[in-house]
Amino acid sequence: MASPGVRVLLLLVLVSSAHGDASGINRTRGNRTLTPEEEEDSQQHHNNTKAFPVLSFNFEHVRKPFEISLWILLALLMKLGFHLIPRVSHIVPESCLLIVVGLLVGGVIKALDSDASDTNSSVPVLNTKLFFLYLLPPIILDAGYFLPIRHFTENLGTILMFAVVGTLWNAFFIGGMMYGVCQIEAAQLGDVDLLSCLLFGSIISAVDPVAVLAVFEEIHINELLYILVFGESLLNDAVTVVLYHLFEEFSHAGTVTITDAFLGVICFFVVSLGGVMIGLIYGIVGAFTSRFTLHSRVIEPLFVFLYSYMAYLSAEVFHLSGIMSLIACGVAMRPYVEANISHKSYTTIKYFMKMWSSVSETLIFIFLGVSTVAGPHVWNWTFVIFTVILCLVSRVLGVVGLTFIINKFRIVKLTKKDQFIVAYGGLRGAIAFSLGFLLTDTHMKTMFLTAIITVIFFTVFVQGMTIRPLVELLAVKKKKETKRSINEEIHTQFLDHLLTGIEDVCGHYGHHHWKDKLNRFNKTYVKKCLISGERSTEPQLISFYNKMELRQAMMLVESGSLAVLPSLTSMQNIQPRDTVKQRVIPSISKRREEEIRKMLRSNLQKTRQRLRSYSRHDLMMDPFEEDLSEVKFRKQRVEMGRRMSHYLTVPANRQETQIPHLRKVNFEPEHQVFTYDDGKGDGGSSAPTNPSPPLVIRHLNETNQVNSPGGGNDAEDPHGGEEQPRLARFLSDPGPKEEEEEHLGGAETKG
Amino acid sequence: MGALMSAADHPEHSDLTDRTGFSLEQIGVLRKRFKQLSHNEETLRREHFNEIPDLACNPIRAQIIEAFFDTRNFHQNGERTVQGTVQEISFKDFLVVMSHFRPPSLHMTEEQREHVRREKLRFLFNMHDTDNDGTITLEEYRHVVEELLSRSGALEKETAKCIADAAMLEVASISMGHMEPDEFYEGITFEHFFKLLKGFDIEAKMNIRFLNMATTLCK
Repeated sequence: MASPGVRVLLLLVLVSSAHGDASGINRTRGNRTLTPEEEEDSQQHHNNTKAFPVLSFNFEHVRKPFEISLWILLALLMKLGFHLIPRVSHIVPESCLLIVVGLLVGGVIKALDSDASDTNSSVPVLNTKLFFLYLLPPIILDAGYFLPIRHFTENLGTILMFAVVGTLWNAFFIGGMMYGVCQIEAAQLGDVDLLSCLLFGSIISAVDPVAVLAVFEEIHINELLYILVFGESLLNDAVTVVLYHLFEEFSHAGTVTITDAFLGVICFFVVSLGGVMIGLIYGIVGAFTSRFTLHSRVIEPLFVFLYSYMAYLSAEVFHLSGIMSLIACGVAMRPYVEANISHKSYTTIKYFMKMWSSVSETLIFIFLGVSTVAGPHVWNWTFVIFTVILCLVSRVLGVVGLTFIINKFRIVKLTKKDQFIVAYGGLRGAIAFSLGFLLTDTHMKTMFLTAIITVIFFTVFVQGMTIRPLVELLAVKKKKETKRSINEEIHTQFLDHLLTGIEDVCGHYGHHHWKDKLNRFNKTYVKKCLISGERSTEPQLISFYNKMELRQAMMLVESGSLAVLPSLTSMQNIQPRDTVKQRVIPSISKRREEEIRKMLRSNLQKTRQRLRSYSRHDLMMDPFEEDLSEVKFRKQRVEMGRRMSHYLTVPANRQETQIPHLRKVNFEPEHQVFTYDDGKGDGGSSAPTNPSPPLVIRHLNETNQVNSPGGGNDAEDPHGGEEQPRLARFLSDPGPKEEEEEHLGGAETKG
Repeated sequence: MGALMSAADHPEHSDLTDRTGFSLEQIGVLRKRFKQLSHNEETLRREHFNEIPDLACNPIRAQIIEAFFDTRNFHQNGERTVQGTVQEISFKDFLVVMSHFRPPSLHMTEEQREHVRREKLRFLFNMHDTDNDGTITLEEYRHVVEELLSRSGALEKETAKCIADAAMLEVASISMGHMEPDEFYEGITFEHFFKLLKGFDIEAKMNIRFLNMATTLCK
C-alpha cells in the first residue's frame, strides 16, 4: 500500500531536514567563531583562482519556506493515508490519528536532537502567534460563513446561556475546586494561589470549536445538537478572553476589589459586542464592495477572505473577541455577497475555505502532538487527575443545571439524550493549549500545560472515539441527508408567515414578529444598497427554485442516461385534461441552447456511449446523426427536467430546422462558442441594457417569434423567454445579459 | 396585571382546559385578547381581524383569517361535520383554532407525537384546500404560491405557476411513483400531504409561545 511507504519516505525527508536544522545551527555558530580567521583565509584565497562551483548546496536560503511546505505536505499526506486504511478511519476520528502522528514526528525529531546537545530544541512548537494568527482564522471563517443561520438564531438564547453562564460556571467551579485540592498537604501544591487556580480554570473551561468541529463533522448528528455545541464553542470565546485577561492582570496585582470585578463585567460586554460590531462593519463593507465586482470576477473570492481576516485582526488589536468578529463578518456578508458574485466565484470561495480550514485543522492537531513531546513537563499526579475529573463533573453539572432553567423558556424542550450529547461533546482543544502557552510564570506554567494537554488528550481521544458508538447506542437523531425540496421550502416560508400572523392575532410580539420585521427592513433598505442589479428584489422562494432547477438540470446532464430521471411523472400527469390536447411547439432560443451546450460539453464523451433508449411517449425523433441527436436529446431531457408547464412533445420537423444551427457549434472549441451566438443570436446579444425582466422578456419574445420557423403559441412564449435570464445567470455570472456574454468571453479567454 | 383567573370566575374555562390543553392563565390571557379584538362583543367577525395593523403586511393574511372561520378547524381532528365557513366565531372556536399552535409537551410517546403532527398538518391542509373537497388541486396550490410571493414586488405570474407546477410534480412523484402518460393526478389528498411533509418536523416548528402572564397587549 502506498501510505506506509510514503510515510517512511516523509519521515526520512523530515528527519533529514530537521537534522539539517540542527546542523545548520551548529554551522552558523561555528562560523561566527571562525570569522576573523576566515577573513584572512578569504583574502588569501582571493589571490588564488577558485574553480567555478557547478553544484552547490545552499539550504539556508530556502529554509523557512521549505520547512513550512514540508510540514503542510506531511499533514496532507497523513490525511490521505488515513483514508486508505479502511478499518481505522471508522473507529478513530481523524483528530486522534493526527495527534498520534504528531507525537511520532515529535518523538523522532526529539530523538535526533538529543544527541546534538542543543539546549534550545529546534522542534517547532505550537507557539501562540502561529496558532492565533494563522491557523485558527481559516477554521473559524469556514465555520462562520457556512453557519446555519436559521437554527442558530432560533436557539440563540440557549446557546448564549451555555456559552456565557456555562463557561463562567465551569471556570469558577474548576478554579475553586482546584484551589481546594491544592490546599491538600500531600499534593505539594501549596504555592498555587487562588488567582492562579482561577486562571487555570478559565483556560481549561472553554469548549474548543476546532475539536468540536473535527469530531462532530464525522458523526452527522442532527442540526439542533450540532448548533448547540458548536455555537457554544464559538460564542464562549468572549468569556474566555475576558476571564483570561482579568485573572492574568489580577494574578500580578495580587488582590481583587469589587470595582475590578465590576469592570470585568463591563469588559465582557465591550469585548463581545465590540467584536460583533467590528465584524458587522467589515461584513457590510465587504458586501458593498462585492456589488461593484462585475468587471473583475476573478478577484471576488479574495475580497471575502481579506475582509474577514481584517475583521479578525482588527478585533485582536483591541483585545476584543476575534472569533466573534469573524463570525459576525461572515454571517453579515454572506447573503449579499452570494447574490452579487458569480457562480464560479462562489464555488471558489467554498472550496478555498474548506481547503484552508482542513489544512489548518490538520496542522493544529499534528502540532499538538509535536508540542506534547517537545515541551517541558511537570507531572503532578494529583493535579492532573483532579483536573480531568473536575472538568467532566463540572461540565455535566453545568449542562444539567442550565438545561433545567432553559427548558422553562424553550418551546421544544431538550431531552435527557440531548443533554447527554451536549455534555459529552464539550471537548477541549488547541485554544486552551495556546492560552496556557501564553502564561508567563515558568514553574506553574509547565504544570498547567501538562494538565491542559492531558485534558485535551482525554477529551479528544476518549470522548472523541466513544461519541460515535454512543450516538448509535442512544439512537440520537441524525442529520437529514436529503436536500430540501421545493415543497418544504414553500411550507417553510408559509409557516413563517402563518406564525407571524398568529402572533399578531394573539397580540404579543414574539420571536416571529421580530424576525419578520427584520426581514422586511432587510428587503426594503439593506438589499437595495448591497445587492447590484435586479437581484435585489428577488424573493427567496424564487432564488431557491432557480437554484434547485439548475441543480437538477446539471444532475440530469451529468448522469448522462435516461434511467436516472428523478421522476417518472411528467407535466401531462398533472395538467387538467383539456389543456393536454394543446400541442405547443416550444421555442428554444439560442441562448438556452448555448447554456445547455456548455453543460453538455464536459460530458459529451461519456454520454455518447450511454445513449441507448428513450421513451416513446416523449420524443419522436429519427436518430440519423447520433451525436447531434444525442445533444438534442439531452437538451430535450433537460427541458423536461425543467418542467415547463406547456412542454409536451417535440415534433420532428422542429428538430430538423434547428439542426443546422447545432451543426455549427458542436465541435468547436470553447472560446468560439460566442461567434455562433453573435452570428445567430440577435435575441441574446442585442438585448437592451435594461435590468428589469419584463422588458427583456418581451424582447426575447419578439426575437423568438421571428426565429422559430414552426411558429409558436404566443401565450406560452413568455415563459420560455423568461427562463433565460434565470438559467443564464446561474450558469455564468449574474447581471444584465449582454454583459454576461462579454464576461464569459473575457473569462474564458483569460482562462 | 397578572391577575390569576380562578376556575370559579368562568366555570366553562375548566372545560376548555380539558378540550384545548391550555392552562387557565393562558385562557384568561386569550380571553382578554378576544375581548380587545371584538370590542367587548361576544363574537368575532372578519372585520375585527382586518383591524389588526400588523396583520396588514402579511402576504397570506386572507388565508389566516379564513382559517379562523373555517368550521373544519373547530374540531380536534379536523374532520368536518358541518361544511363551509361561518361568519362569526365564539371564544370557544377561537380557542380551539389557537390550540393547533400549542407546543407538544415534553414527554410524549411516538403515537402521541404522530397525532399532534397529524393535527397540525391537517390545519395546514385545510388552509390550502379552500373549496373543501378534500384535495389540493393544482389551481389551489398555485394560489398558495402566488399569495406567498405577492408581497415581494414585481412578480410575473408565470414564475409562481412554474414553482407550483414543480411542487405538484414532486408530490405526484413521491406519492404515485410511476404514472402512465394518460393518467391524471387529481390533487394532493391529506395522506399524500402527510407523507410529503413527514420529514419536516412540523410538531417542533408550528408553535407559538402562549404567555401565562397578561402583559400589556399590543393593539
